[in-house]
Amino acid sequence: MRRSLMMSAAVLAVGAAQAFAQEAQTDQTDQAATTDQTAPADQTAQTEPATGTDEATQTADAGQAGQSDLQTMMGDPKQWVLQAGDYANTRYSELEEINKDNVGDLQVAWTFSTGVLRGHEGGPLVIGDMMYLTTPFPNTVYALDLNNDGRIVWRYDPQQDPNVIAVMCCDTVNRGVAYDNNTIFLHQADTTLVALDAMTGEVKWSVKTGDPSKGETNTATVLPVKDMVLVGVSGGEYGVRGRLSAYDQATGELRWLAYSTGPDEDMLVDPQNTTVLGKPIGENSSIDSWEGDQWQIGGGTTWGWYSYDPELDLIYYGTGNPGTWNPSQRPGDNKWSMTIMARDPDDGMARWFYQKTPHDEWDYDGVNENILVDQEIDGQMRHLLVNFDRNGFAYTLDRETGELLVAKKYDPAVNWATEVVMDPNSDQFGRPQVVADYSTAQGGEDTNVTQICPAALGSKDQQPAAFSPETGLFYVPTNHVCMDYEPFRVSYTAGQPFVGATLSMYPAPNSHGGMGNFIAWDATTGEIKWSLPEQFSVWSGALATAGDIVFYGTLEGYLKAVDATTGEELYRFKTPSGIIGNINTYEHDGKQYVAVLSGIGGWAGIGLAAGLTNPTEGLGAVGGYAGLRDFTALGGQLTVFALPD
Amino acid sequence: MRKPGSPGAVLAILMLTASVGWSQQADTAAAPDTAVAREEDGRYFNAEDIPTFHIAEDGTVDWRTYSGYRRYHSECHVCHGPDGEGSSYAPALKNSVMRLDYYDFVGIVAGGRQNVGGGHENVMPAFGDNANVMCYLDDIYVYLRARGTDAIPRGRPAKHDDKTDVIREDENACMGT
Repeated sequence: MRRSLMMSAAVLAVGAAQAFAQEAQTDQTDQAATTDQTAPADQTAQTEPATGTDEATQTADAGQAGQSDLQTMMGDPKQWVLQAGDYANTRYSELEEINKDNVGDLQVAWTFSTGVLRGHEGGPLVIGDMMYLTTPFPNTVYALDLNNDGRIVWRYDPQQDPNVIAVMCCDTVNRGVAYDNNTIFLHQADTTLVALDAMTGEVKWSVKTGDPSKGETNTATVLPVKDMVLVGVSGGEYGVRGRLSAYDQATGELRWLAYSTGPDEDMLVDPQNTTVLGKPIGENSSIDSWEGDQWQIGGGTTWGWYSYDPELDLIYYGTGNPGTWNPSQRPGDNKWSMTIMARDPDDGMARWFYQKTPHDEWDYDGVNENILVDQEIDGQMRHLLVNFDRNGFAYTLDRETGELLVAKKYDPAVNWATEVVMDPNSDQFGRPQVVADYSTAQGGEDTNVTQICPAALGSKDQQPAAFSPETGLFYVPTNHVCMDYEPFRVSYTAGQPFVGATLSMYPAPNSHGGMGNFIAWDATTGEIKWSLPEQFSVWSGALATAGDIVFYGTLEGYLKAVDATTGEELYRFKTPSGIIGNINTYEHDGKQYVAVLSGIGGWAGIGLAAGLTNPTEGLGAVGGYAGLRDFTALGGQLTVFALPD
Repeated sequence: MRKPGSPGAVLAILMLTASVGWSQQADTAAAPDTAVAREEDGRYFNAEDIPTFHIAEDGTVDWRTYSGYRRYHSECHVCHGPDGEGSSYAPALKNSVMRLDYYDFVGIVAGGRQNVGGGHENVMPAFGDNANVMCYLDDIYVYLRARGTDAIPRGRPAKHDDKTDVIREDENACMGT
């Protein structure tokens, strides 16, 4: 493992030094090799992957044409090669030059303005000596030379019809580019997927993955797996039919597409071999759970994060809310919205599903990241998948079988359900037990249901958590916000919002008055180890390192470092704008750096700008909570930190 | 893709105020007339026959203001923030409606508008063919005017008039239900 990593790094360093040259030799090799591949669409013809050790599988992979060098690069902590850090989505780095004893001395090393004033989600990639950055719409990509004070080696300015902005719910964020095989993959707001030469920025190919006139847009990053790149779709508030699709890395050709709803063949579901909580899923599992053809505007979009386990050869992701926010208008469990999906990357066939929130009544999109870890439960080592869902429950599953192991609330304020039933013999197995007082379906249309926790933005939205193998803990940025929710009847028009509920949100009552917490979580037991109250929702992705520290950003704009064991704050610095980006780290020239994008926006910038009101606390409290706009203003900046020389 | 219609005169006025993304600036223009001149079937109008709100002494709001609160917090707040207060993404509509002529307001909602460039992109969609918005446009308008004049505080109005039969019939006709 380690050996190949170092080779990979060496190759990259050479590549980066040639940034200004027009070399394209490796590309040609890749492309020539890729055309040798047999047609991949015939799924039944696929043979079983070679069994054996991880190393053997990797060797086999590397032997195939155009295969990914990404997996080996991921093990090199000097680079940050994937938005999530690694396929397992741990957001953990082995770098330890910056540690809990010296992080208090951290300084700003350099900064870079992106030229765009909008919500900046995602973060920079570091590949060899190059850094790659993406902006919100218009999704400009910068390649910066780390050997030359961040000089711009190339930039790519997509030409997009600004009308796409009009169908992007909640800001024009983009959670960053991906890298593989000397290629940068950009999935633009208008659903154009572009492959750029990593050294020159030259367009290799470009393909449209969706139709913005139907409300189909993109905010997510993509995931390179094997010789493909996995792509999702946004538009859950527009009646978009969610799906995950795989495109050929070399040509941009569509390899497979798996819908979240509809007939089995559309979802790439095998009624016998695809399982739900250990049992065959059966025929027509989705269409039987909707009224009429509502599954066609059923949502289940896929705008979150994607994980991959190379050993099990399975990919994991979640699906979003079903259709309208008015639950009375769409009776049934609305499968497979709000679901964790495990699929075979070669043909997209579904291995197992688990629906977290059947018949959603609160807009608890199930798209949050699935973190893949190996930990001991009841004395037994397990291959785990850990998911902090918007609905306020943290789920621990066996990622091989989809067996549900733990489901516990990770914010004590969560009240819409009492528990998730863990008894396999119960007809409620795996289902949340909804509290009638907080059920917007039982309340019915035109009834305002009050004091539901969490609010529609969830106990956590897409902002990714981190996992440290040293402490065995997850570090989770959370929202501490509740809501009133009044559903009403709406009609569907293609390309128009399809919402159907009136919402008002406020800080969790009877708590610390703030709208967020940053917590440490034990996924084997389902317990909060410590919890740091925050004035605003924590909307940045966390980073854990071998230096026994955890980093996160706040909406006021602070970068904070805390002790991974105790949560004690060790460092803070106020960047120019609120942070909704994800913290990354890398090493260059023997020195460790920490990097983060500032730029307030997203749902946080919209919902919290003016401050929240709490109608239940009487008129005196109205406007009494802090408005985010009193603390920060629009921005778009990268800030890079290091220890003093 | 849908092309937003853009009434030129409206656009010229809007350009002056469009780039206020994190909007909360006070309005300096003379306050338009919101005083009630007449009532008809539970709807209120000013002297120029423009829809307006009605707030009773005990705080009870008319049906359209209440309905406007509900529709705003379904269709508008995901960009313009709660209570018409504006956001990092879009201007504070409680201020915009005090500046804009009623007919300009209707034109912008129906036709959309754009102000793109300078690292700060504002694009308002065209809602002209969206019944969930257009059937409630007057409701949203009077609600926002009530907010813009501070006639009602932030949050859900505590008390409201009942929906009249005429309003119900017109709503059903508009929504096609």
